[in-house]
Amino acid sequence: MPEHIPTTHELQTPTAIQVVDLVRDYPRPRTSLFQPAPVVHALRGVSLEVKQGERFGIVGESGCGKSTLLRIIAALDRATSGNVIVEGTDITRLSDRRLRFLRENLQLVFQDPMSSLDPRMRVRDIIAEPLVVQGHPASGERVRELLEAVGLSADAGGRYPHQFSGGQRQRISIARALAPRPRILIADEPVSALDVSVRAQVLNLISDLVDELNLTLVFVSHDLSVIKHVCDRVAVMNAGQIVETGYTGDVYAAPQHPYTQRLVSAIPTLQRALSGATTSDLLAKGDPA
Amino acid sequence: MSDVLTVRGLSVTVRDTALVSDVDLTVGAGERVGLIGESGSGKSLTALSVLGLLPEDVYAGGSVRLDGVDHELIGADERRMSQVRGRDIAMVFQEPMTALNPTMRIGDQLAEAMLIHKTKPKSAARAAAAELLERVQLPTDTLRAYPHQLSGGQRQRVVLALALANDPSLLICDEPTTALDVTVQALVLDLIVRGVMDRSSALLFITHDLAVVATVCERVLVMYGGRVVESGPVVDVFTRPRHRYTEGLLAASDLDTTSRRLTTIPGNVPPAGRFPSGCVFRTRCAHATALCEESPPWSGDEAEGFACHHPAGVTDA
Repeated sequence: MPEHIPTTHELQTPTAIQVVDLVRDYPRPRTSLFQPAPVVHALRGVSLEVKQGERFGIVGESGCGKSTLLRIIAALDRATSGNVIVEGTDITRLSDRRLRFLRENLQLVFQDPMSSLDPRMRVRDIIAEPLVVQGHPASGERVRELLEAVGLSADAGGRYPHQFSGGQRQRISIARALAPRPRILIADEPVSALDVSVRAQVLNLISDLVDELNLTLVFVSHDLSVIKHVCDRVAVMNAGQIVETGYTGDVYAAPQHPYTQRLVSAIPTLQRALSGATTSDLLAKGDPA
Repeated sequence: MSDVLTVRGLSVTVRDTALVSDVDLTVGAGERVGLIGESGSGKSLTALSVLGLLPEDVYAGGSVRLDGVDHELIGADERRMSQVRGRDIAMVFQEPMTALNPTMRIGDQLAEAMLIHKTKPKSAARAAAAELLERVQLPTDTLRAYPHQLSGGQRQRVVLALALANDPSLLICDEPTTALDVTVQALVLDLIVRGVMDRSSALLFITHDLAVVATVCERVLVMYGGRVVESGPVVDVFTRPRHRYTEGLLAASDLDTTSRRLTTIPGNVPPAGRFPSGCVFRTRCAHATALCEESPPWSGDEAEGFACHHPAGVTDA
């Protein structure tokens, strides 16, 4: 394991995030005095590489470990073994104080925009918080600029999260994530709680911002169709492992792993339904567990 | 085909705010009808009015009749509604944990559904419960399990088994698979469709997912702002939408588009009671004119039609 920690600006490697053989075990509470505590293997040796400027998708069902993976990449959780290298720096064993570069370069957007925004803070304070925490001047100008970038009016800054709809709250989360000018944006199910018409708006917004700001995007979703639209490459996770990685179009059109095949066939689509597919066709390839 | 459920002029109001206005809806025996719309469109309230489960302060008007029940369901007292619920009409809710009693074993809950309505004698209820579980592909030892021991998908299958326990003439499903993973969703959807087909029950399926509704249902009603804006056979509505909202919704959900940007509907769904007068969609519609300040009349018939002054797919307009 490399103990040498290079500073971030000295290298411009094309790899943004590299995950090597990552394992995370969670011990569960003991059930018996005489037996060891049971262990949940949340991640069992995950390896992946995200290039700079790439749109990388992670798809999987609940419990497959995708949130654990994200949390470790964002250094919100510790790996049991394995390494995460973000922009050339191994963050796996860094102390919180030395993670500051990561907090500036890597930002997150979460699924539920209600619980990830402090209900007692005004929107402008929410957006400025990542700047204040990192000791940057949080000018009103920068906040207005961010509000505008995510398509909210400048007077939105004086209001509270509850005064906004779900889609608007997700825009606030995105503005907050962009505040410290990160190079990597991680979105954890950012549109799962949104209505269809609003989902399209937020997906377009994320897509535009990634292009404009040259961001590396890691987009996590349970919905392969959304991933397919947003991402270039995708990793399919199941039971703590990546079972398949590839270009989204290829994975969607010709899934190789049996799990991916089951996942793809289970997705109801309008086209298939209108050409006569029924619910039993969703189950066509093998029985789900 | 006899109509199982007939809804006429249903309106739902809270204090002075209309949440649902003028909804007409019929579901025939063995028919699968979808109700789609975004949050706040009034689709769940429509379902709850049919069941008489509206919260306090929320009142329904109009008429809801069910085949085989000789009284009006709107305004029926609790004693009579409780005989209808679970026997003639059953419902599957979105959240399976809150729909099950956490302190009772699954088998007892299934048996209770039949004992309360006296559709099975006590001696037979146990065996019937086991059979119901078998139909939703759960092992027999699930009978002794408590809800917390089951996964979300298993719980939703138990809720479905409960709903089908008394062979209801109408099954209402309100976003039954929204909380589930896709592979589990596929199984639950299949079980729902097979469950209603085996019993020739009518199905009213509520969802915001167009692909799901297209897979499950034969006919669909599109709701927006508490009104039905378009209805018709699934294939017609989804391939040749007439109402501008349906058109926008289809475009916004088309993730297969080759362009990087998705087509969007501008703006947000207004909060309940803040929808504009006249056409409810006119504030977000690119085709709106002064004419849209008046409520558009319903064009077409009961089974198929739309309410729009400037419908899509008209060449001579």
